[in-house]
Amino acid sequence: MGVDNPLGDNILTASLDGLVNWARKSSIWPMTFGLACCAIEMMATGASHNDLDRFGIIFRASPRQSDCIIIAGTVTKKMLPVIMTVYEQMPEPKWVIAMGACACSGGIFDTYSVVQGVDEALPVDVYIPGCPPRPEALLFGLIKLQEKIMRERNSFGSTIGLGERYDSAA
Amino acid sequence: MAQIETMTLNMGPQHPSTHGVLRLVLELDGEIIRKITPHIGYLHRGIEKLSEYRTYHQALPLTDRMDYLAPMSNNLGYVLAVEKLLGIEVPERAQTVRVITAELTRLKSHLVWLACHALDIGAMTVFIYAFREREKVMQLYEKLSGARMTSNYYRVGGLSADVYAGFEKDVQEIIDTFPGFFDTYEGLLTKNTIWLQRTVGNGVISAEDAIDAGITGPALRGSGVDWDLRRDNPYSGYDKYSFKVPVGEKCDTFDRYKVRLIEMREAVNIISQALKALKPGPVLADEPQVCYPPKENVYNSIEGLIHHFKIASEGFPVPEGEIYQSVEAPKGELGFYLVSDGGNKPYRMRVRPPSFVNLSAIEKMAKGAMIADLVAVIGTLDIVLGEIDR
Amino acid sequence: MAENNRAVIKLKERFAADIVDIKEFRGEVTVTVKKENIVDICSFLKTALAFNLLTDVTAVDYLGQEPRFMMVYNLYSIPNKDRLRIKAQVSESCCSIDTVYKVWSTAEWLEREVYDLFGITFNSHPDLRRILMTDDWAGHPLRKDYPLQGPDREPYKGRLS
Repeated sequence: MGVDNPLGDNILTASLDGLVNWARKSSIWPMTFGLACCAIEMMATGASHNDLDRFGIIFRASPRQSDCIIIAGTVTKKMLPVIMTVYEQMPEPKWVIAMGACACSGGIFDTYSVVQGVDEALPVDVYIPGCPPRPEALLFGLIKLQEKIMRERNSFGSTIGLGERYDSAA
Repeated sequence: MAQIETMTLNMGPQHPSTHGVLRLVLELDGEIIRKITPHIGYLHRGIEKLSEYRTYHQALPLTDRMDYLAPMSNNLGYVLAVEKLLGIEVPERAQTVRVITAELTRLKSHLVWLACHALDIGAMTVFIYAFREREKVMQLYEKLSGARMTSNYYRVGGLSADVYAGFEKDVQEIIDTFPGFFDTYEGLLTKNTIWLQRTVGNGVISAEDAIDAGITGPALRGSGVDWDLRRDNPYSGYDKYSFKVPVGEKCDTFDRYKVRLIEMREAVNIISQALKALKPGPVLADEPQVCYPPKENVYNSIEGLIHHFKIASEGFPVPEGEIYQSVEAPKGELGFYLVSDGGNKPYRMRVRPPSFVNLSAIEKMAKGAMIADLVAVIGTLDIVLGEIDR
Repeated sequence: MAENNRAVIKLKERFAADIVDIKEFRGEVTVTVKKENIVDICSFLKTALAFNLLTDVTAVDYLGQEPRFMMVYNLYSIPNKDRLRIKAQVSESCCSIDTVYKVWSTAEWLEREVYDLFGITFNSHPDLRRILMTDDWAGHPLRKDYPLQGPDREPYKGRLS
């Protein structure tokens, strides 16, 4: 146990990770980033019938305040640089959800102007299939993201500059 | 004297109140807008090009995804265009169901417009209420077509299937309950001081300017032009129903708001007339060259299966020619210009997007206004970027 | 019949030399004209025949035919509630036509779209820039010789297109 690694691999680190992960998964603040049809289902998920607020999910209009970006719709070649800029503006830790067939793979739009899946440019954490996915599917995807956040290790250490976060299941 | 410099402000393409991926470059003198340069194309998916590579039936799902707030209106415009090109008649029951669903679509689209328009101006309650009601239409959509948004319910020559048992009861429930919801919205907004201050006198465009700019639909009627394609160039049997076409007087955002609210009430009125006129009968034209065979035949006979397979994979030939067919979509005149070379795929499919043309008038409507009022103008134009960029 | 159409009668009187073809199909009248006089014809239709709404401007690429492009103007008259389609031939070698922006201001954006997707230029258009594609895009996507998946990508073989 040296001075370089003050927290070490003891029980304190593990539970602090759990606390940080719990805090993060309970307050996912996604960006309002509606691109196409899926954005309307995203709005419907956030509105009265499905109500995302009960998961602590509140849409933020600014990338500086968000930690999750839901790519809801078709990504075109003209739009891709904008998405990259917005993604880079978000502070760490950040996660990406590809919502709908277009964001996952280009969907039915196999054309000159459409990026064939946003994972060509961004590291996607959760893929949600559907054209567009139902609100329930988006909820399921968000719960999957919460599970993924809970699996992360060294969440606290990475915040204070000690090593990287990693997925315990990977 | 010191020179006054204008400031350039970029709004979008990622902006919550541009209703999608619209980008506006504004030149501001203090808070006053001197110039607006819209940049579009951030959602250009190549639908017109893609449809040249699809058979007529395969191109139908693409139309769902243009104006995704009103998928059935797009479907209707497209199937009417193909039917006109083929010269086939649609059975009466199919036409009546089309009218009912198209008007439900108008309700659905106008509810999103109201929700977003009100949310942008700061009335969040209306957003929550309107989405609650929209969910009822969505559930009916899902029961009817299997999808909440991208319905793809119509077919060339009629409908993909007859309505489900209990459809009439569900539609009747909408007819009975929705006028009460409209009263709620009006109670929340029409005499609300904040709403009035944000909308009255905002985004004024005269009738002449509006026609010159090509504005159609509720935005044109808000400027006092009494013109509605459903009444003036009827299609799908709209001439059998009596309904009011509301027009505005002051040509401002508030008048367009009133026009759309009356349109929603009239949509309910048309639905109730059409529901009374709904008689049993076939829902697909008797055109074996074009229409899919009934499902019993497909499942139970080899001829039916081959027939279905042939139409699904190869499509049907369409006589050489060109036609333009337009419908009164919730946003305005939605037109389909189809050119056929006699083959099974459209040689050219051009969509006349109402939002595209309406948006081009934004500079006329918002020049000289305050920057905060621009949000109200975008809301009142009721644009949807999927249709603008296609 | 097309000959009895109110617009066709007047157009024949006034612009007989410019009319190439008159057609009727499914009750829709199409008049094909020479492109040189398109602005005069359009302003005549607007002022004398009350075709006050320009619903659509688009083009069709007939690759392999001469002239290659066909400009299409769909007109509507709100007072008379009828439609008329004007077409003008544009050849590939002289790929330009006069703008009708001065007649209907709707044409500004619609012509920009035609320029962007077909590469037809409009003489004396106030602001002829690309509208849907990025400014540095090469080629005009709706031309028939432009591949669906774009020139830089192999077409996916797994489906019919």
